[in-house]
Amino acid sequence: MQTIWFMLVAVMIAVYVVLDGFDLGAGIVQLLVARTDGERRQVLRSIGPVWDGNEVWLLAGGGTLYFAFPALYASSFSGFYLPLMMVLWLLILRGISIEFRNHIDSLVWKPFWDAVFGGASALLAIFFGAALGNVVRGVPLDNAGEFFLPLWTNFGVGGDVGILDWYTVLVAVAAFATLLVHGALWVALKTDGALGERASGVARTGWWGVAVLTVAITWCSFRIQPRLGESFGARPWGYVFPLLAVAGLIGMRALHRAGLAPFLCSSLFIVGMLTSAAFGLYPYVLPSNLDPRAGLTVSNAAAAPYGLKVGLVWFIPGMLLTVGYFVYTYRSFAGKVPAEDEGY
Amino acid sequence: MDALTIHRLHFAFTVTFHYIFPQLTMGLALLLVVLKTMALRTGDEHYSRAVRFWARIFAINFAMGVVTGIPMEFQFGTNWSRFSKSAGGVIGQTLAMEGVFSFFLESSFLGLFLFGEKRLGPKGHWFACFLVFLGSWLSGFFIVATDAWMQHPVGYALGPQGEILLSSFWALLLNPWLLWQYLHNMMGAVVTGAFAMSAVGAFYLLVKRQEPYGRTFVRVGVIAGLAAAFLMLFPTGDGQGKNIAFHQPATLAAMEGLFVTEAGAPLALIGQPDVEHRQLDNPLQIPRALSFLTYQRWKAQVRGLDAFPQDVWPDNIPLLYFSYHIMVGLGTIFIAVMALAALELWRGRLFTERKVLWLLMLSAPFPYIANTAGWITAEAGRQPWLIYGLMRTAVGVSPHVSAGNALFTLIGFMGMYTVLAMLFLLLVYHEIDRGPEAA
Repeated sequence: MQTIWFMLVAVMIAVYVVLDGFDLGAGIVQLLVARTDGERRQVLRSIGPVWDGNEVWLLAGGGTLYFAFPALYASSFSGFYLPLMMVLWLLILRGISIEFRNHIDSLVWKPFWDAVFGGASALLAIFFGAALGNVVRGVPLDNAGEFFLPLWTNFGVGGDVGILDWYTVLVAVAAFATLLVHGALWVALKTDGALGERASGVARTGWWGVAVLTVAITWCSFRIQPRLGESFGARPWGYVFPLLAVAGLIGMRALHRAGLAPFLCSSLFIVGMLTSAAFGLYPYVLPSNLDPRAGLTVSNAAAAPYGLKVGLVWFIPGMLLTVGYFVYTYRSFAGKVPAEDEGY
Repeated sequence: MDALTIHRLHFAFTVTFHYIFPQLTMGLALLLVVLKTMALRTGDEHYSRAVRFWARIFAINFAMGVVTGIPMEFQFGTNWSRFSKSAGGVIGQTLAMEGVFSFFLESSFLGLFLFGEKRLGPKGHWFACFLVFLGSWLSGFFIVATDAWMQHPVGYALGPQGEILLSSFWALLLNPWLLWQYLHNMMGAVVTGAFAMSAVGAFYLLVKRQEPYGRTFVRVGVIAGLAAAFLMLFPTGDGQGKNIAFHQPATLAAMEGLFVTEAGAPLALIGQPDVEHRQLDNPLQIPRALSFLTYQRWKAQVRGLDAFPQDVWPDNIPLLYFSYHIMVGLGTIFIAVMALAALELWRGRLFTERKVLWLLMLSAPFPYIANTAGWITAEAGRQPWLIYGLMRTAVGVSPHVSAGNALFTLIGFMGMYTVLAMLFLLLVYHEIDRGPEAA
């Protein structure tokens, strides 16, 4: 039961990163590829009807984490207090920059919000990457399974760590590159003409960065978190997850002219990387970097069995409905975004 | 200030600011369905423009609600980790259900509602509008269900280490506290929406611009406002008051400023609670009315604060007393304002009656104050408990988040929300200035 919820939460987080990942990526990419107000609007229109729904995966994922693993939610949210608060501020800035930009037509108003949108998106990608790095590295949990991390200490990965160390920064950079390419592929998919071409170009160049960083973080992760090697050694079928990531990475490059395919490959790459991390850490949900046997696991962080059982009864139909809304919404807004279209 | 005080202020400040927006979202969502229905039934472009105009304001307001709402869900973990760890298995249910059942619905169909009028056709667009309304009201339900459980915990058992375990899912959703609190809250939201709509309409009529729209907004706002203001008082306010009387009697005594147990207790209209001397200064009271309202008997005994040990008294009695009295006082004024406007509307004179239009326009901020005061009454009234009778506020806080770190982020939120408030007012004024004609 706890393992089922572990998988469900992991899937929700992965879906969040894939969906809101392209919103964030689009935010970064518009700074690079959109040159006129019309092009900026086109990028915004490509995510306008969906970004808020995509962000809900974070909220619903957080809520699901809260109810299925209350001890993990409590420990990690209070322990990562400062970066989480900054993520909240960045989410605020990202959200209002999308919604506010087009209400006033002015040469100071719009560029300001474009810059805020790009900057907040970039920093969010970096923060999410650092968060992943922290979870993989582990945190100094005390006897009550609690901790508090400063933003940085000595940038080392052992003992008295901070949120930022050389490893988490590396993962953050990799996340930034990944979402940049992911967003560029989204923009390339949803727009045509010069804008789409430029976005494709960014994706092709950025791919090299993603490839190099993927190799680097993979190597470092296995060095820093021995648990990963043990998991894959004990259950070799788990190699299917990294294989998905590799297939996605290669596909992004090989199929770069084939419509929807590169974007799907990029999504596959993200899902593969995140599920590899989840598989590698399991049964830990938040390892300790001090004592390999301490750490929060699916069993010591989970809610009581009754709640988890009842939860499945409403969760499954609820998520089926959700998938229905998303399929409907994405189909309604399928196809390229025209240069000019109805707004509100 | 100690860490606990800052953590409390942190939540109080962010939730108070947040709730400015959802109350209009929920109230306006209902009125949008009304306008959209009129558009569908008449086929008149006038109503479609009216919907598009309010949809633009709705979108700004909704975005503000979303971005200020995310910090609320996160703060349970960041600032109240001990509470979350103990009670997460219970209230995590309703919070996760809010995400799964209402946020997805609301956000998906808001996108379709705002961007898809041509794609969906009139009926499809009406349906998208309706689902946005449904999603926002469901969201209110799950949040009030969460709060209702903290006010009146039901359906739980205590585990071996004192952790709080869910034992009955249905008890959680059918909490007797929940029904009245939810309906009372939703009527409060409709009051805000109705006053906002009639105020914008009155503004247009007063400045003699967009007058056909002004008349529509005033008519819809006044009718909805009168109905909601009445329902606010009875039966929902009455039902909520009885919940408090039966389940939180010490809170009732503090709200009413009743320090001494009395048979035939009076209802204080005005006065200042003097906790040091255990008395109400400068009181203006209706004799025996509190006994009657609570128990329907003029001579019934109502327990005052002296009937309870001081360590279960709400820890800020003046705040509780004033917020409750502001809420009730304003609620009464709302009925009077809307009744007057409705009378003039019925007599066919409202649209030219400038004094009443001024009154409607200037009333717009007050429902926000009343709703805020109502929530302060609920939350300050729950003190000193985080979960009433079960967990004290002081033990729920995150032990490792220091006062300095909490103050840092509180100041950050204050700064950011000040800027957000200014931008919000600027944009809403800008949209009102553009008007429905341009929609």
